[in-house]
Amino acid sequence: MRTWFVLTWLLTLPLHEVLAQTPEEKGLAIAVEEERRDTGWLDQKSDLQMILRNKHGEESTRILRIQTKEVDGDGDKSLTVFDTPRDVKGTALLIYTHALKPDDQWLYLPALKRVKRIASANKSGPFVGSEFAYEDLTSQEVEKYRYQWLRDELLDGRKVFVVEQYPAYEHSGYTRRIVWIDMEIYRPLKIEFYDRKNALLKTLTFHHYQLYLDQYWRPDRMDMVNHQTGKHTSLLWKNYRFKNGLSDRAFDRNSLKRVR
Amino acid sequence: MTFFRLCFLLAVGGLPFVSTVDADEWSGLVGIEGRYFTQTPQDPRQFDHENVSLIVEPEYIHEWDDGRQVFAFVPFLRIDQHDSNRTHFDIRELTWEKAEDAWELRLGVRKVFWGVAEFQHLVDIINQTDLVENLDTEDKLGQPMANLALIQDWGTLDVFVLPFFRERTFAGSEGRPREQPPVDEDQAGFESSAEEHHVDFAIRYSHFIGDWDIGLAHFYGTSRAPRLIPGVDASGSAVLVPFYDIINQTSLDVQATKGNMLWKLEALHRSGQANAFNALAGGFEYTFVGIFETVIDLGILGEYHYDDRGESAPTTLEDDIALGTRLSFNDVQSTEALMGLIVDRESSGKFFNLEASRRLGENWVVEFQVRAFFGQSRTDPAFTFTRDDYAEMAFFYYF
Repeated sequence: MRTWFVLTWLLTLPLHEVLAQTPEEKGLAIAVEEERRDTGWLDQKSDLQMILRNKHGEESTRILRIQTKEVDGDGDKSLTVFDTPRDVKGTALLIYTHALKPDDQWLYLPALKRVKRIASANKSGPFVGSEFAYEDLTSQEVEKYRYQWLRDELLDGRKVFVVEQYPAYEHSGYTRRIVWIDMEIYRPLKIEFYDRKNALLKTLTFHHYQLYLDQYWRPDRMDMVNHQTGKHTSLLWKNYRFKNGLSDRAFDRNSLKRVR
Repeated sequence: MTFFRLCFLLAVGGLPFVSTVDADEWSGLVGIEGRYFTQTPQDPRQFDHENVSLIVEPEYIHEWDDGRQVFAFVPFLRIDQHDSNRTHFDIRELTWEKAEDAWELRLGVRKVFWGVAEFQHLVDIINQTDLVENLDTEDKLGQPMANLALIQDWGTLDVFVLPFFRERTFAGSEGRPREQPPVDEDQAGFESSAEEHHVDFAIRYSHFIGDWDIGLAHFYGTSRAPRLIPGVDASGSAVLVPFYDIINQTSLDVQATKGNMLWKLEALHRSGQANAFNALAGGFEYTFVGIFETVIDLGILGEYHYDDRGESAPTTLEDDIALGTRLSFNDVQSTEALMGLIVDRESSGKFFNLEASRRLGENWVVEFQVRAFFGQSRTDPAFTFTRDDYAEMAFFYYF
């Protein structure tokens, strides 16, 4: 995580309180606070069930295991392994996220035992046929967006900031996102995604936040609806485990090959 | 000691590990494959048009020590309607791995892949090709090995000791696609008096720096690709006799990942197999993301393949241009198609290849494949397959 960024923000905090913030400054300050509160978990493991549903209600399920490690001064590292569908069992994706330059991505194909470096500029592409794009699932660094606070309001009885975010990285599929951030826990409750023509494309909602290690909030469920296709993807998160002592070795190309 | 006796000993040696219960799991696949050859064969002993075969490949995985140790067992069986050589059993994997911070030790029968190119896997040499499976050389026989990987900030250094050699599989006299005349594996010859017991060695350094992935390797031992020497079998019929030389091969593989463009290069120098030679495979793959405002990705591939032995090279890729397109539909069924054309710049011979696959429901996958040969001259090594154009449809059930 960007500790330097956080420090700068802390130093300038009194100034912000004296001077009236512009909407841009307030939007950025909210993002910085969001990241500050979610720093220090070191590493995280979780199991993920992904349920894909088309507009006829037909369902398809994927089961994945994801582990992530915080990296000082850069984006997180993550390793995702597929358990189902069975034909892609053991397929694994290693990602080194970066704030503005393209992520580094390696795909492991177990049938060939081949580790393949893949083009990472396709941030807007769908992840395994779901309504989630790669850019929706990789780590959310402060520098990835420009911000504008829009208003404070109530969402389902909770006080929220409503902030507009503009992708600062190349190859995004979005012109902007509007994010509803819970004022108490500083986590998103809802995100609207606007496509390259600035039309509403998708809405993501977060459900049943749970508190881990007295500090880190994680949702049990995330629902993404694509308004243009009528398709729907639910992510059901299970078994969040933090501070597992994962070293960088758990996120290198050798570990990618050892994944089962 | 035969390969399978070795496997048996490894399995018995592995049993104590399996008994420590942690996480274990069976999975795998069963499949049925149908092939239709559009022309009558070059040799009347070969079957005519249709061929059906069945495959089974279960996989047992046992993980313990918080994932730092793994035991894997993957047997493989194909039963083929016509070709007795294609009906075969193999142990693809029977391995124990242990991972520590600075090293990994991998013992047993394994598969290792090296390289970056798509139309040919030039520098990939650890495993023998199970050629009866498919001409694309992507199916490999399990290779017994001890592999120590030293993992440092400056990269990974893999050392391989390969104590037993596996001979390449070839289509039987009734099989298709098949070399002309057929290969007589019973007469296989070796440069080393130790034959398949010659201990081979390999070392590979691999690393990535920014957008660059690089691999540098050396192999000393029995050539995986044999020379095929004209001869006669016991009944006096013409055959090709495989001869396995002891070779030294130094190779380089590099990929630069620049946005949507992948630049790829594989190059090698080999000595010990008649005259020393150099070979190269290089090119690019560019992906257009989300074409025509859909979620479909279109990849364009271009590669050049060169072997400085020229027309005398026993490979079909000595001065060839390969062009291809890859379509990824990014749908729930993971529908994909890869189409390629390889053109020989000297002889104007062409090889067409189409591979497509789609998931059906949660557990089934259907695959479709076409391979076709055009305009091969009699001197082209690919002339041998010139009447072996085929279309294949296969269904796999994954459990």
